[in-house]
Amino acid sequence: MPTVRERSVPRAAGRRRPPPTGRSGGRGGAGRGTLWPYLLIAPAVLGMLYLLLYPLARAVLISFQDFRLRQLILGDARFVGLRNYRTLLGDPGFWEVVRRTFVFMAVNVVAIMVLSTLVALMTERLGRAARTVVLSSLVLVWAVPVVAATTVFQWLFHSEFGIVNETLTGLGFESYEGYPWFAHGGAAFGIVVALIVWQSVPFAAITLYSALVTVPTELYESARMDGAGAARVFRSVTFPLIRPVFMLVLSLEVIWTFKAFVQIWVMTRGGPGEATTILPVYAVQTALAGQRYDLGSAASMLTVLLMSGVLVLYFRQLFRQEGEQP
Amino acid sequence: MSTPRPPLRRTLRRLPLNAAAALTVVICLFPVYWMVTTAFKPSTDIQSYDPRPVPRSWTLDHFRTAVGADGFALFWRNSILVTLSAVLLALLVALGAAYAVARMRWRGRRQFMLAVFVAQMAPWESLIIPVYIISRDTGMLDRLPTLTLIYFMITLPFTVVVLRGFIAGIPPELEEAAQVDGCTRAGAFRRVAFPLLAPGLMATSLFGFITAWNEFTYANFLIIKQQDSRTLPVWLSSFQSTFGTDWGATMAAATLFALPALIIFLALQRHVTAGLASGGVKG
Repeated sequence: MPTVRERSVPRAAGRRRPPPTGRSGGRGGAGRGTLWPYLLIAPAVLGMLYLLLYPLARAVLISFQDFRLRQLILGDARFVGLRNYRTLLGDPGFWEVVRRTFVFMAVNVVAIMVLSTLVALMTERLGRAARTVVLSSLVLVWAVPVVAATTVFQWLFHSEFGIVNETLTGLGFESYEGYPWFAHGGAAFGIVVALIVWQSVPFAAITLYSALVTVPTELYESARMDGAGAARVFRSVTFPLIRPVFMLVLSLEVIWTFKAFVQIWVMTRGGPGEATTILPVYAVQTALAGQRYDLGSAASMLTVLLMSGVLVLYFRQLFRQEGEQP
Repeated sequence: MSTPRPPLRRTLRRLPLNAAAALTVVICLFPVYWMVTTAFKPSTDIQSYDPRPVPRSWTLDHFRTAVGADGFALFWRNSILVTLSAVLLALLVALGAAYAVARMRWRGRRQFMLAVFVAQMAPWESLIIPVYIISRDTGMLDRLPTLTLIYFMITLPFTVVVLRGFIAGIPPELEEAAQVDGCTRAGAFRRVAFPLLAPGLMATSLFGFITAWNEFTYANFLIIKQQDSRTLPVWLSSFQSTFGTDWGATMAAATLFALPALIIFLALQRHVTAGLASGGVKG
């Protein structure tokens, strides 16, 4: 959900944290060897162990077992080695879902990054009043709960009374009269993408904007004096300076592609047909609808594996930035 | 009359820029605007082939339908209950952890923070199946405390990270002075640092509140049979079974659901943008 997204804002925007004034030198009598710090972090550690690590381990376990409705009730699952993974990887349907997931990710991420960079560049050039208005509307969009936004988009694209169809028909596109958007695979896919982009641009744009305002104006001036055009200034001056933040936002958006689960589940349940079934949707459908918890877990673990690749890149970027701090 | 000309040229030159800004604002606001106006329009206007951008007359009928719908008060209460307890729990646990990280030196501090950063990116969408099975095995399905625990874990890492920043921003000398004056370490923290932390705690808990308030997936898959334990997002997502094709009532329900989040966000806007701009978590 997008509101989880501001999570990493402070880091993502990550420049100077307040200098760690008193931390150095272990002052305050926070002596080594006391138990206090460990007692203080114990609840957090226990929470992470039981509520994150244990479910993850359990998912890995189930993905190596024969686990269906019977095993769910009786609990007598037995190990079958890599059978579930072999079944999945040998299923052309699964590869189709993987392909669709990547297409979905690419379309979303490219649209989000291009639009939010443009919005950020635009916001930076605006006058004070206009900038406030734009930033406020971005924050407003950011605040709309996912399920509410999804419901609203369903209403906007309603076949009979939706404003989109009415407007298109009014503009002379008669073929859109009563056009059932959610009955056509491509159209439904497009609406999900539009919704995700609409909800994601605010975070990305505001973060990029806050990176842009740190670029010293003297750099622009000197570049312009050297005769560089707008595109050239962006390519040679602006972009290299905001690159770290840009890369952070990019990798977050890639990882967050999988959060589209909510919008997809509420709007289309992966349909029509399989047009909007991306990996997490596929995993849940396989597990809960088909009672194949084993295959669903295996699909989830493959998803996690895919994500962790991007995650490593994200953390490298994050810590490189942290390292730059004084 | 030589002065007005440069401003005019400037206005013209800035026209595309301002047009783009206007377009951005319209695209941002229209869906929200449409949600709110649909909620206030009479049904005859909603089911019309000639929609008007501004409603002809306003009505509260849809809000009455939404509020009067089966279980609305109950789901509202459930949402509040789950959200508040998750946020309070996360705040309490995170405060301890953040203090340990920001003010004490101990072996494993770096590793702990790394774990927190990783937990922040936890693939919750891929943990639905094991969490479902674990809850089922432990008899925790259909129960609100299960959701509380999950939401606690979803909000905890973020809360730790932000509070660590806030605590590190308070000069330890203040507490040391209090300790010299005879306070205990905990007392010094409570009397001196805690009041300074208030804005940070406020911002953090509101963000946590929004996250938990909006959460759909786990509420949807862990509350199955016990309809009385449902929360608002799940209720809203199943509006078609509640309201049929009554889009006015659906949009009224969506508005009522979005309202707390919108209010909190707009109240926090200064923090959001300013906090971002300063790049820190100073609030």
